[in-house]
Amino acid sequence: MSATMDKSAGGFRAWLNKRLPVDQFVADQLTGYYAPKNFNIWYFFGSLALLVFVMQIVTGIFITMHFKAGEATAFNSVEYLRREVPYGWLLQYMHAVGASFFFIVVYLHMARAFLYGSYKGPRELLWVIGMLIYLALMAEAFMGYVLPYGNMSYWGAQVIINLFGTIPGIGPDLVEWIRGDYGIGDATLTRFFSLHVVALPFIIALLILLHLVALRQVGSNNPDGIEIKEKLGSDGKPLDGISFHPYYTLKDIVGVGLFLTAFAIVVFFAPTFGGLFMEAPNFEPANPSSTPEHIAPVWYFTPYYAILRAVPDQKMGALLMALSVAAFLFLPWLDRAKNKSIRYRGLASKLLLGMFFVTFLMLMWLGLKPADGIYVLLARIFTVSYFAFFLLLPFVSKADGNGPVPDRVTYHAH
Amino acid sequence: MRTKFATAIATLALLLATGLASANEGEHAGWQRAADNEVANLPSLQRGARHFMDYCSGCHSLKYMRYSRLAEDLKISDSLRDSYLVKPGDKFSDYIKASIPAADAQEWFGKPPPDLSLVARSRGSDWVFNFLTTFYADAASRQTGVNNLQLPGTAMPHVLASVQGVKTAVWNSVEHKGEDGKAVVVPEFKTFEPGVVGSLNDEQYDEFARDIVNFLQYVSDPSQVERQGMGIWVVLFLLMFTGIAYMLKKEYWKDVR
Repeated sequence: MSATMDKSAGGFRAWLNKRLPVDQFVADQLTGYYAPKNFNIWYFFGSLALLVFVMQIVTGIFITMHFKAGEATAFNSVEYLRREVPYGWLLQYMHAVGASFFFIVVYLHMARAFLYGSYKGPRELLWVIGMLIYLALMAEAFMGYVLPYGNMSYWGAQVIINLFGTIPGIGPDLVEWIRGDYGIGDATLTRFFSLHVVALPFIIALLILLHLVALRQVGSNNPDGIEIKEKLGSDGKPLDGISFHPYYTLKDIVGVGLFLTAFAIVVFFAPTFGGLFMEAPNFEPANPSSTPEHIAPVWYFTPYYAILRAVPDQKMGALLMALSVAAFLFLPWLDRAKNKSIRYRGLASKLLLGMFFVTFLMLMWLGLKPADGIYVLLARIFTVSYFAFFLLLPFVSKADGNGPVPDRVTYHAH
Repeated sequence: MRTKFATAIATLALLLATGLASANEGEHAGWQRAADNEVANLPSLQRGARHFMDYCSGCHSLKYMRYSRLAEDLKISDSLRDSYLVKPGDKFSDYIKASIPAADAQEWFGKPPPDLSLVARSRGSDWVFNFLTTFYADAASRQTGVNNLQLPGTAMPHVLASVQGVKTAVWNSVEHKGEDGKAVVVPEFKTFEPGVVGSLNDEQYDEFARDIVNFLQYVSDPSQVERQGMGIWVVLFLLMFTGIAYMLKKEYWKDVR
């Protein structure tokens, strides 16, 4: 509507729109895109993930100007950046803390989908694309962690790359192909650098674009899990929908402000976050002859790491770990409830989901602990409950996810 | 009910996340103490720099730190810098190198003394403080005659013996269950007794060590004082920005019924 109005106007804007559909794009994507009006705090994390992605790209561009991939140069160039490049410390801390915040935001974004059944039809593909972003992000984060070539970079890479060696048949050759050498060294760093700054950012950007296009096609879910497109007003617009701009653009800016405040507190006052975002052994250069007391990946990988270590057989552990990540992909088809949102499911569903959230966080904590004594036992118990969630979901969701749902979304005007 | 569920989940997540933050701290032995140093305390940093140059820099380098940056951050004048800080033969823009040649150090100590630029980050300030304060006489250590509680078997001689003196360690015998279930008697540290007396008493020596730790913490991340000062303004700005954004959002959302 606004597009036709603007085309009648003269001047540069008309000239531009004849050649590039700027107004049309804004109308389709922002002012004419109707989103449910009952979004709650859980709906901040999509736009925040996009913000962190842009932040990582921008800080990454400047870090790339100073970083020198290579066994002898990588560690020193990062210290040079922190110490001698004006505001280099800010770039480096924003980038390193940004990686952890990326995962915080992505995990909360995923938890939202669990709570409100956002992965269910017609949004299955939206969920699958999101999971591909998550996988690409894990690869990106892992390579980024190896690049500064501290001692934990080296030993973490050693553990993770060797996991590929457990694949039957091609394993050992695959490991050598990934490293580009018989051990981790120059060749590994230069290829990780290339993948980290060129290939994976491109892939992630493309996947984010597909994620957004798929979202616009099916529309956003909401905390009630009912489709607003089924209740249209006389003007053909959803009765419970409001235009994305200005309503959600302004609301998201509040989210951005809160997020950046938390982010700044960590960057300026606790960039290593007690060794959780940047581990202490990584302030020592990579040393193949000195293993850190206790090798643990960064916190966002530890749930899977705990599952890997819970199994006595390494091959089985690696398989279970791969399965634990892959299981997310099948979620849309494992959940057989009629209703999407946890609000309109029974107590069994609520307990099952609560158990899964507790399990994930416990595994995260256990992955940071040494693998001995009570921790191994706990990791085994929670590995079982992790997979129990996916195995029980089809039955529990079918049984108690079919009650009545309201006609319209729940919304209290503020 | 439903919002309660979401809130309960969120609260639980937050609680566990804060729990995670302390998850990778190891257990502490009874004799270990916190360094309690303040990196914003400039006189302490200046004293620490002097002690480091006097006692440590003969063997240990600070290879990521330039004399000029050190003097600038610690507000040491150019003339003091050139006459007391910069080692003979070095320029003020040089990185701080160890005085002894690495090959000699290798021969004398069995391994080259490590660079200390990042030790306060990789080991932690408390670790450095406990290392500096727990040297004791040990006849079994033939090379140096001393040992250390924090780093048993250290190759480093007690360089600060003239300041601290040399303590004698008193041990208890404690029975432990070994791997095979049999009881083993292990010595457990009880307390220090004054042995050879140094130029400082215990409290003064703690302060002396604390200044060095403080200095090393500054060296491990020289931007930290500036960063924290700047951070306050950044956070205040962001809070103000969020407040204004919230009021704007509220104004627009009045229309949504």
